Amino acid sequence: MNPATTVLRTGWTRGRIELRQSFTNGADLFSHFLWPGLMAATMFFIRDLPFGSSGLLLGMLALPSILGMNAATGMISMSQQLTADREDGTLLRAKATPHGMPAYLIGKVISVSGGLLADLVIFLVPAMLIVEGLRIGPGSWPTLAWTLALGLVATLPLGAVLGSAFTSARAQGLIQLPFLAVIGISGIFYPITALPEWLQWIAQAFPIYWMGLGMRSALLPDPAAAIEIGQSWRHLETVGVLAAWAVLGLLLAPVVLRRMARGESGSTVTARRERALQRV
Amino acid sequence: MTTSDKVVLDVGGLRMRYGSVDVLHDVTFHARHGEVLALLGPNGAGKTTTIEILEGFRTRSQGQVKVLGTDPAHGDERWRARLGVVLQSWRDHGKWRVREFLAHLGTYYAPYTTPRIKRPWHPDELIEAVGLTEQAGKKLRTLSGGQRRRLDVAIGLVGRPELLFLDEPTASFDPQARHEFHDLVRRVVGTGETTVLLTTHDLDEAEKLADRILVLNGGRIIADGTAGELAQRIVGEDEVRWLRGGQRFTERTTDSTGLARDLFARYGDDLHELEVHRASLEQTYLSLVRQAESAQEATR
Ligand SMILES: Nc1ncnc2c1ncn2[C@@H]1O[C@H](COP(=O)(O)OP(=O)(O)OP(=O)(O)O)[C@@H](O)[C@H]1O
Ligand SMILES: [Mg+2]
Repeated sequence: MNPATTVLRTGWTRGRIELRQSFTNGADLFSHFLWPGLMAATMFFIRDLPFGSSGLLLGMLALPSILGMNAATGMISMSQQLTADREDGTLLRAKATPHGMPAYLIGKVISVSGGLLADLVIFLVPAMLIVEGLRIGPGSWPTLAWTLALGLVATLPLGAVLGSAFTSARAQGLIQLPFLAVIGISGIFYPITALPEWLQWIAQAFPIYWMGLGMRSALLPDPAAAIEIGQSWRHLETVGVLAAWAVLGLLLAPVVLRRMARGESGSTVTARRERALQRV
Repeated sequence: MTTSDKVVLDVGGLRMRYGSVDVLHDVTFHARHGEVLALLGPNGAGKTTTIEILEGFRTRSQGQVKVLGTDPAHGDERWRARLGVVLQSWRDHGKWRVREFLAHLGTYYAPYTTPRIKRPWHPDELIEAVGLTEQAGKKLRTLSGGQRRRLDVAIGLVGRPELLFLDEPTASFDPQARHEFHDLVRRVVGTGETTVLLTTHDLDEAEKLADRILVLNGGRIIADGTAGELAQRIVGEDEVRWLRGGQRFTERTTDSTGLARDLFARYGDDLHELEVHRASLEQTYLSLVRQAESAQEATR
């Protein structure tokens, strides 16, 4: 068996094992249900609220948008897990093993996206029972699938870059603030066209808005496009922006990750651990 | 033990500088295939630094280093597969289970099997060899300090390394675990395929395991030889104790046999409980370090 096949296979096994671990321990299981559960509860409370005079219901608009937003949180998990794995030496172990780094990364991508898919289902199933007015036809699932796939390729490498750039758990906490701010302006809980135009422009620079838009185009009836920017689902632009982020992330990630891995040694891990202990 | 002439570790004029502080000035030594080397030295002497440079984890400031014929700064994956690494402390992969983790890590080494060395080590055999059979199903983060250390050693061995680095492997072992560890190292080395470089603060361990002992102090190797050779270099003083007229006596001498002969001639039947303690590696080591330190003071 040649090394490339081994890397793919070991990475795949790693991902599967990590995924299983995250569904067989209490703390992880709780976090798998917490966020989707909160979002489903939100759906319940806004399900009957109308959006302006459009005749559309907020719940119906928010369901696909939340799906898109949740998909984008894979970036945060990626970044947090990378930081945690640096802190406890898991990454150094990968470095000490032949082909350990690529296998580690493949495993991470598999476990993060697998966990994410599960979280999406955990949210989607109850939410679809709560919300009315969705249009789910044969075209819905392919659109949903490509939005999700492209969205993950656009966000996961960025998560890896952030995880390598910020070494402490505290810095990881700080990353979440701008992330939440971007969510706030990305038309997730309320249509983006209600915002001032300059904010709309900022939001459109980031992937989250487009992931929400793609999901809405998959699950909402076509007339709902009337309240979007340009009164259209803008598939071309969606693919364009997400692909641009994907290219950026895929170009940046290997460089940043390699740089980060080069700096890992027993003493850096120990020093980081000591710093973390001092803060507590 | 089968020691051939093939040089596995070749270090010459190694320097390491952290910021403006030189930790290693001029470290020079080599290891031949199948040898067990113990690297001794006080806390902060630079043992871990040296080992991590050889493992390819830190970039040296200067000097020549060849590990299995390759410069560790440019080692590829094939090279990496021939090394076993046990760092001074590990606490990674806390959610994984012992057997699951060893079995998984083993798969990385499978492509590097050669006609002479079958990789990896079977997880169940390995778990038994390090005495973790009862913990095989436990999560890593629930292991005790000593159990975790046994696992670290197992991980170092899982790829059947040709060169094994052990940084204070037995620091938290109970006496039995230590004894078993010594047996394990002897067994691994007994196959003739593995060279070992280990650091320890346990001189008894160094004497038992190592073919050769290196003492690192002040950024230099100040001694390099078998335990016996080191003892000869420092003319070790034996300790002689005896009992006479209900009183205890102790004397240090380089000629313990002569002293004993003398005592018998002088006191005959009055002499009781005569004991001769040979100069131990510990005494040799302490006087080596003391000498090196006073030499450093003098040059300052
Ligand atoms: N990353 C680093 N940056 C700066 N100084 C360092 C770094 N790593 C080690 N040192 C310093 O280098 C010296 C040697 O450290 P090293 O860990 O190699 O010692 P050691 O011989 O392994 O000690 P011990 O017996 O305590 O394990 C120490 O003075 C230490 O403070
Ligand atoms: Mg050390």
